[in-house]
Amino acid sequence: MSALLEVNGITKRYPGVVANDNVSLTVNAGEVVALLGENGAGKSTLLKAVFGLIKPDSGEIKISGTPIVFGDTAGVISRGVGMVHQHFQLVPVMTVAENLILGDEPKLGLFINQKSARDEIISLSKRYGLEVDPDAVIEDLPVGMQQRVEILKALRKDVKLLILDEPTAVLTPQEIDELLEVIRNLAKSGVGVVLITHKLHEVMAVADRVVVLRGGKLVGTTSPKETDEAGLAQMMVGRSVVLQVNRTEAKRGGVVLEVKGLEVRDDRKIMSVKGVDLTLHKGEILGVAGVEGNGQREFVEAICGMRHREAGEVLINGIATKDMNPHSVHEAGISHIPEDREKHGLVSNYTIADNLVLNQFDQEPFAKGWIRNLAEVAKNATQLVEKFDIRTPSAFNTAGSLSGGNKQKVVVARELSEELPVLVAAQPTRGVDVGSIEFIHNQLISARDKGAAVLLVSAELDEILSLSDRIAVMSDGKIVAIVDSKDADRNYIGRLMAGLKE
Amino acid sequence: MKLLSKRNGYFLLVILATGFFYTRDGDITTSVYATGTAFALPLALAAMVGIMCERTGIVNIGIEGTMLISAFVAFFVSSLTQNIMIGLFAAILTGSLMGLLLALMSVSWRMDQIIAGTILNILATGLTSFLYVQGKTIPSVFQSIEVPVLSKIPFFGPVLFIHGPLTFLGLAIILTLYFAIYHTPWGLRSRAVGEHPSSADTAGVSVARLRYINVTIAGAIGALAGAYLSLELVGSFERGFTAGKGFTALALMIFGRWNPLGALAAALFFGLAQAYANQLMIDQVVNIPTQFTAALPYIMTIVVLTISAGKVRPPAAEGQPYEKGQS
Repeated sequence: MSALLEVNGITKRYPGVVANDNVSLTVNAGEVVALLGENGAGKSTLLKAVFGLIKPDSGEIKISGTPIVFGDTAGVISRGVGMVHQHFQLVPVMTVAENLILGDEPKLGLFINQKSARDEIISLSKRYGLEVDPDAVIEDLPVGMQQRVEILKALRKDVKLLILDEPTAVLTPQEIDELLEVIRNLAKSGVGVVLITHKLHEVMAVADRVVVLRGGKLVGTTSPKETDEAGLAQMMVGRSVVLQVNRTEAKRGGVVLEVKGLEVRDDRKIMSVKGVDLTLHKGEILGVAGVEGNGQREFVEAICGMRHREAGEVLINGIATKDMNPHSVHEAGISHIPEDREKHGLVSNYTIADNLVLNQFDQEPFAKGWIRNLAEVAKNATQLVEKFDIRTPSAFNTAGSLSGGNKQKVVVARELSEELPVLVAAQPTRGVDVGSIEFIHNQLISARDKGAAVLLVSAELDEILSLSDRIAVMSDGKIVAIVDSKDADRNYIGRLMAGLKE
Repeated sequence: MKLLSKRNGYFLLVILATGFFYTRDGDITTSVYATGTAFALPLALAAMVGIMCERTGIVNIGIEGTMLISAFVAFFVSSLTQNIMIGLFAAILTGSLMGLLLALMSVSWRMDQIIAGTILNILATGLTSFLYVQGKTIPSVFQSIEVPVLSKIPFFGPVLFIHGPLTFLGLAIILTLYFAIYHTPWGLRSRAVGEHPSSADTAGVSVARLRYINVTIAGAIGALAGAYLSLELVGSFERGFTAGKGFTALALMIFGRWNPLGALAAALFFGLAQAYANQLMIDQVVNIPTQFTAALPYIMTIVVLTISAGKVRPPAAEGQPYEKGQS
């Protein structure tokens, strides 16, 4: 019997890069294959080729022994392949039902059969234990629920092969557990699964086989039984990766940033930061831990002048900063690695070089009066691309053409190159591969060692624990405890995050 | 739907005003409304062109050009062949080709869609001015048909059921489009392509193909609007014949929130206002300079756009070229 999926010698070139270089892969029925690699290693490209979204330059892809036509998504879907995409493929203004039936609508004469569409969705969500409301509009749903719709969409046709491209990036730990359970059950029922993820413990938990890509080439196949997380990381990056951060004792100086009685409302006008006092010293990393949605985002935005402060103030070296004025806050000495790099960190259509001077393009040496000094911009770009290991054919490609990890490196490079007294880093390693995580972590530590005061906000408790000198736990809009990281106990902090008192 | 919504308020106002005028002079009110409907049809059809294109994410500002060149072809082919049916079909073919050209430029060549539309307009103005010959005539215009029984209803009969065949065809197209957009697989796919093309792409819907089909059909509808002007409403052709109706239609599309019935209602309102203005002139009730009444549609367009600006939400992906697999 032939394998469920056979990829033979796929090559795909983009201007300046070979995204896939003669890659081969097989997936059998009932098997979970994890596809690992750094950002930009060509994992998404390979799976998009399998799903008929892009046309490879050469090679062959067979499903159950029969070759597919490159670029024929509808044909691939009809042969029992479902895909959960890295970015949600849902129409925001349409209902769950409309999104689920799109592309293969139940008909009643010329019209869509709304009733049978609803019935089908209800029975589908029962079968997989993923409950959804068919009439809810996508844009009103929380991300976890949207992801559920996305998964149901992939499962709707009796799938034989399910492709998941970073499905857990936006999920909470509970949602991730549920998803891994769904994957295991599907595999048990004979479905072949290909999973891309950056979270190595998920790979260890669910994969039967691990295939590693690096620089567009297949570098090896292994299984969780034969290796451990450190081994996987080493295969991906091509050198040994230190998953544990090396950190010397902080040389703590005087107070740099002071937050006093800060109150902030969220987008729905509900008070989400409820009176926070915090001091940040020179030469330390203060980690803010907390389950997402407990006011961290609003807290960071208010400090950086991106959101209105209802009450309280933010002082740098004793001088109050202006409310709702990111430019003057930056001038006052705060650099900011924003949580949403696509929205607040980069201008996708600008070149990498321009993005690297986005906050100082009008200052010496990048401008003289009204005239930009493009030679300096280019020089700066060349240096930073080199120093921060930004993988791109040229500093004059658009920022949008970079992979997620490299986009983040652009943001980090820009914010750290100025060496301002305060650095606010919000979720600095979200959706970033292990190699880049290690790099960014080391950059944060070295900024600290040079005397910066670093405020690190992260939903990853491990990140907080390994980087911070002090840890503040945020729950329901308040700082419920501040502990020295030497005394930090994982369980204790976890309980505080969950809002439990002691 | 709320009973006391703003929209229902507008409708009530129109109905009350109509009733008031009708009780004062039934015959004139009826004839004004019939004329208003006739004026409204080309605007409504042209708005359908915009709706079909923008719902799939293509901005079409070349509606004016499509209508102009189609009105021209309709008239001159009818004149040459002395057969208005041949003229009509020639016009529809021309309009489809204009649509196809827009699709080629904006889908395949990924051109800026505003520039692509402008090209259509310049092409139409240039060709029709260059090829225009004075003194041509057509054998007749499309004659009015009285729908049996229905046309005998007071007021509604003459307003809605005594019209030329292209009017009835146009109204049928508008109603069909309404049902098709909201209730058929084609409509669902078109809206998905206009809102979030990669979702449609990953669901196996070919974004490029659907955009080609819709923009081409839209061109044919635009041709019908043009042919209606030269073969049914007026029966002649002059340079600059369409006089900005294709642009007014874009305003009506926005005012009607990309909904065919909404745009139809907006067009009817426009047509009526124009008909009333004409009537007031004829009656010499008011003595306004003709330049003012001639400028009325344009002034109303500006007012309508100002009222609706910022409150409406266009299809999210409109104007953006899509490359397969770019999600």
